[in-house]
Order: sequence, then C-alpha cells, then structure tokens
Amino acid sequence: MSRKTNARAAIRMQARAHVFAALGDETRLALVVKLSDGRAHSISRLTRGTRLTRQAITKHLRVLEGAGMVHSTREGRESLFEFNPQPIIGLREYIDLVSGEWDQALVRLKDLVER
Amino acid sequence: MDDRIEKRIELKAPVSRVWRAITDYREFGEWFRVKLDGPFVAGQASTGHITYPGYEHLKWEAVVQKMEPERLFSFTWHPYAVDPKVDYSKEAPTLVEFRLEKTATGTLLVLTESGFDKVPAERRLEAFRRNDGGWTEQMKSIETHITNYVAKN
Repeated sequence: MSRKTNARAAIRMQARAHVFAALGDETRLALVVKLSDGRAHSISRLTRGTRLTRQAITKHLRVLEGAGMVHSTREGRESLFEFNPQPIIGLREYIDLVSGEWDQALVRLKDLVER
Repeated sequence: MDDRIEKRIELKAPVSRVWRAITDYREFGEWFRVKLDGPFVAGQASTGHITYPGYEHLKWEAVVQKMEPERLFSFTWHPYAVDPKVDYSKEAPTLVEFRLEKTATGTLLVLTESGFDKVPAERRLEAFRRNDGGWTEQMKSIETHITNYVAKN
C-alpha cells in the first residue's frame, strides 16, 4: 500500500469514527432512521412520537449535522432537516453493491453458456 | 484506480458461444434479467424493461459503445437507476466492458465497470434501498462498530 493510500485511509477512518460517535446514541440513531426516507423533516415532525423536547431534538440534530449526516435548510420560519447519506454510504460501499450484482449475473451467464 | 469493478471468469465454452450470450439481445436479457426491445447496435441506445421480480416497472436504458466481434462489447448506463421519476440522462454514466480471450479450456471473460466517481450520493442511497437488506446490513455494521467502540473506551 502506498503512503498516499495510507494517508487517505487514515482520513477515512477519522471521518468514520466521527460518524460512529454521532450515531452512538439511541435518539440519534432513531432520528437517522426517520430521516433516511429521503424527505426533508421539520423539528416538530421529528419530535412527534418521542418523549423529548424540541430543544433536545434540535441538539441531537446539530450533532448529526456536525458529522455531515444531516443538513438543514430554512423554509420561512422553520428549519427543515434532510439526511445526507454520503458519510455512511461511501463510494466504496456503493461499488461493492454493484459488484455483488455482477457476481450474481455472471453466475447466470456461466450457467447459460455451459449448459 | 480503485473506483472500478473488475471481474475475471473462466467459462467452459468457445469464444463464439460467449460472444453470442453477451451480444444477442435475447440471450443477454436471459442472464441479465432484462427484456430488451431490439438488438444491440454500436453507437445506439438500447431500451427495455427489467424482468427482475418486483422491479418489472423499471426501464432499462444503455448506449452501446463498441462491438468488436468475439473481442470487445461495451455499453454505458446508470447502475441502480431505480426511480422512474428521475431523469438519469443528465448524470454521468458508468462504462461496462466485456473482453473475451480464448483459453485452453474455453473463454476468459474480463468484465470491467468504471466511472463510479461521478455517481451522485443520492443514487447510492437509492441503491441501498433497492438492495435487499442493503440498508439493514449497513445499520447492523454501524451497530457492530458502535459496540466495539464502546467496548474499547
């Protein structure tokens, strides 16, 4: 492994640690699951169904925002929060997924030509 | 270059047989699980429908790049273009290449897919949603990491 790759891997590890630390909390994990539907949510909507106050939810959202997993936009007087999958689903994971699909397809191709 | 996929597979069949299986649109459709509207023509778009159970409503679209008989077949497309409402044509596609080589026992197929660095983050999330257990797996791995993290500190 080259020095450059090592440095890149170290930076990636650091970013990961940040993400995992942010997710190392039940409330925040639950928020990520709610937000992962891909839509923008208001704080009141995210507070609904929890025993927490809006202030507490906001604090948790800021932690997720700090780790790059959530970004907020303003709509009038309201802040809307959106999930950003990038820190969790990196390029490598995506490629692995497509790669897995090819493995399955190539097995079917092998069956066909060796039949 | 680690932003690409490369697969090498030995097939116990002559090069001509493998070439037909990857370039005849009906045979391609059989193993790729897609129903194509017509034959592959270099430089032209190929359209059809996914036949993978549960995803039959999805369109299949690719542009055939090269067809060098019994040597190279390539096309560009958008992997995991799974949202019928999204126009993927504006996004940079990936390039899929099939290279064939004669071996003592049959054919060596080398498949590569490249150009992933330009795939938008939203597409990655869609891919995980579509993939059975993809998201769940990801959450599980996060859980494992957290448990390890807590155990170490």
